[in-house]
Amino acid sequence: MLSCKDTSELVSRSLDEELSWRQRIAVRLHLLICGACRRFVAQMGFIRRAARRYPGGAGGRDQGSR
Amino acid sequence: MQKRSLEAGEIAEHRPALLRYARLHLRDAAAAEDAVQEALVAALQAADSFNGESALQTWLISILRRKLVDHMRRGRREMAAADAGLDTAEGEESGFINRLFESNGHWATPPAAWTNPDAALEQAEFYAAFEECVRGLPERTAEAFVLREIGGLEAGEICKELAISASNYWVLMHRARLRLRECLQKRWFASHT
Repeated sequence: MLSCKDTSELVSRSLDEELSWRQRIAVRLHLLICGACRRFVAQMGFIRRAARRYPGGAGGRDQGSR
Repeated sequence: MQKRSLEAGEIAEHRPALLRYARLHLRDAAAAEDAVQEALVAALQAADSFNGESALQTWLISILRRKLVDHMRRGRREMAAADAGLDTAEGEESGFINRLFESNGHWATPPAAWTNPDAALEQAEFYAAFEECVRGLPERTAEAFVLREIGGLEAGEICKELAISASNYWVLMHRARLRLRECLQKRWFASHT
């Protein structure tokens, strides 16, 4: 069984590369029983969206199309 | 005549955005200015190769990114001995992670719920807080995070640029995300939810 610390590590990693199916299942099982880590996952998604929308970010809001 | 010609003024308009971007990468304000200047000059010289398909800012950022990488590389060479110092700083970092979790791996303070976080994405003040939080990261951690999440580079490219192993990379990114989460919680969500 993964700890919250392990889960946070794998969740971070999943933002950079695909996890193995074993890892995915382990994370999913942990998330079923852990609200704190579910919030963590949602917040990681949010941080990514924020970074992409940050002026000049990769998915940047296009400020120069006038 | 599909190509529209780029004018210097049009390019210069993006200077402030480029500077903010550069400042996230380089702590040294003068070096950031230099990199932006070099990028603007390079953009003007290469104006013909701008095909108008990508947004101008995206194109400028891609030029700036190369200049920033050059600067970071130069900076590292000049401070070859500083790597020892970095190691200590990053070593203290693992202390930070350990404080976030109990010895059994449970959250010491479980992440609190953020209500309607996406509303923050529409607010300029939020990005100021976000910027401060990114600047508060230890240097290497910030570099990796910015290249990945703001610059949009792939993990493999970043390992090459920063000359770090894949496992170093995972550790840096894990720390960056945990730290940013905590910082945003304090600086923004504690008072906005």
